[in-house]
Formats: sequence, C-alpha cells, structure tokens
Amino acid sequence: MSRSSTRFDTKKVNSELVTLTYGALVAQMIKDLDNTDDVSKQLERLGYNMGVRLIEDFLAKTGTGRCLDLKDTADKIQTAFRMYLGVQPNVTNWSPAGDEFSFMLDNNPLTELVELPDDLKGLRYCNIICGVIRGALEMVQLDVQSWIVQDQLRGDTSTEVRVKFIRRLEDAMPAGED
Amino acid sequence: MSLSGRTNKTSILDKPLSKGKGEVSLNCFALLFSEIVQYCQNKSQTVPELQNRLHELGRKVGVKLIDLYFVRERGGKREIKLLNILLFVKSTLWKTLFGREADKLEHSNDDENTYYLMEKDPLVNKYISVPRDKSSLNCAVFIAGIVEAVLTGTGFPAKVTAHWHKGTTYMVKFDEAVVARDKHLEEK
Repeated sequence: MSRSSTRFDTKKVNSELVTLTYGALVAQMIKDLDNTDDVSKQLERLGYNMGVRLIEDFLAKTGTGRCLDLKDTADKIQTAFRMYLGVQPNVTNWSPAGDEFSFMLDNNPLTELVELPDDLKGLRYCNIICGVIRGALEMVQLDVQSWIVQDQLRGDTSTEVRVKFIRRLEDAMPAGED
Repeated sequence: MSLSGRTNKTSILDKPLSKGKGEVSLNCFALLFSEIVQYCQNKSQTVPELQNRLHELGRKVGVKLIDLYFVRERGGKREIKLLNILLFVKSTLWKTLFGREADKLEHSNDDENTYYLMEKDPLVNKYISVPRDKSSLNCAVFIAGIVEAVLTGTGFPAKVTAHWHKGTTYMVKFDEAVVARDKHLEEK
C-alpha cells in the first residue's frame, strides 16, 4: 500500500481526518452553545482567524500580485479552493453591478460523511469557509461579506458560497499605534 | 408538514462509500487544529482540563473511524486478538490517517496490560510550540483520544494517554479483562 500521494513531504493530509475533526468540533460546539445560530457565528469567526493566517501562505506559495478587479480576486480564491481543499468550485451568479458573486461547490471535503439531523437544519455547517474568505481578503484590504446561500446538507444540489464586496480598506494603523 | 420531504431525501447511506483518498492541504488541517486548541483552551482553566477536551474530541473522531476503516480496509471483519488490533492501529489506522505507520509499538516490561505506541513527530504537534508554563501539555492527546475510541469501540476497552517521551508516547492501558480474555484465546 504505497500511495505516493499521501506522503508527508507533499504537505497533504487525508481529507477524512479533516472532515471528522471538523465534525467533532462542530458537534462539541453544538453541545457547548446550545444555539444553532451561535454555532454558525462561531464557526464563521473561527474561519476568519484561519483566513487571516492562511492568506500569508497563499501569497507566499503563489507569488501572486495585486488583483486588478473583483473577477481577478474571484479567480484567485478559486485557486485557493483548489490548493487548500482540493476542490474546484465554479464562479458564477455575478450581480449586474459586478460586486457580488458565488462559488458553486459540487463536492466539499468538509461535508463528506456528514448528515444534519432535522433539528439542526438551520446550522450553517460550512460557515467556516465564509469566515476564511472574509479573513483572508481583509488582510489584503478588501472588506467583504460572505454567506452560504445553498447547502448540500440541506438538500440543495450544490453548496453556494456568496461573496459580496463592501469596500476597499485604507491602510489603517492598528489601534493604539500612531 | 409534508411527508414527501423525508422520502425524497437521499441519506448518506444511499451514496457509495468514498475510497478515502481525498486530500486536503496540511495547512488547512494545521490551522483548523490550532483553532480547535484555542477553542478548547478558552473553555478550560487548567492544562489537564484542556487535555481532557482535546481527548474527548479525539474520541468523537475515533468512534467514526471504526466502521469506516473496517468496512473499507478489512471487508467488515473485526479483529479479536489483542496483538492484531494493536497492529491494526499502528499500521492501517496510522497509515490511512497520517500517511505513515507509527514508529514503534512496545509491550511494557512492568505491566502486562500496558503497551506503548511511539511517534517521534505527531502530525498535530508539527506546528505547535508549547509555552514554557504549560510544558506538560501535549496536544497529541487528541490522537490518544482517537486510539482510545477505536480500541474501546472494537471490544478492547483501554485508557490511552499521551506523554512527552522519545517524541510522543501513547500509553495504552487495557482493562485487565481484555488481557485475560486474550490469554484464554491463546490457550485454545
């Protein structure tokens, strides 16, 4: 059983480890917080923390420069999906003004082996992805909103992650430093 | 209220079992695990409490791995011998989860119920630097939790803990009944 693809130096891990670890965390949060909306919020925040750090890795590995426009940004996030989750979402549903778009995920390693019980249908299980996108873009001076529109876990055919551009952040000094 | 919603829904059991060869970037896992440790830390006052939480999360993962791996890798056949289940953990489980076998498996000299599983550099500890005031903390307790759940769930109740010794050593302490049963099996 020598699978070169699982070798360590390729810096990949088995996706089931991630799936189940994430699932265990969500289950624990549901137990701790008792309120589905709070869990969704907390997952988003957790993703945000990850995104803030992940962008560094992304920039270092891809050596990518500034984005010219939001389409460019969308393409780069698409690349990031492939790099980090090993999936290739489609970028679609652009708003007429060109400030909103969606990623359509047909399969998603986070939701493999996952089933939401009926009383948790309100849970935004994949909110962590929205958080990662928001956190990562904030670090490159883009303020966005991101949310889940469709969710395979709730019976939709694919998972749709919506991203809305809010504004460009000016270079601001961290609070307390001038 | 409609009943049709329930009948139309495809459940997870209607889908074929994945081959389990999907891969995700290690960075993703490292950052996720870091968030998990922080989450547990925020909920704990002391290091043992934090370790208990990580252990508990590991157990949640382990329980789910049992069926998955035995169905996929062993055609649904479980192990009944102590040594075989330990080898299953050391080889199959480790290889599938972490991409390589665990480094060493040893039987304790002093206590026949105790085994040691050693790993120099556990995946989860790769990017963790333990603060000096919490030097006893070993986040591999998460993995210890996985192992404990797998052993206990397959009929070999055990307590598994993680220690800093030659890298990380997982101490597997089986219930006495397990070892007694195994001896009985061998005598037959």
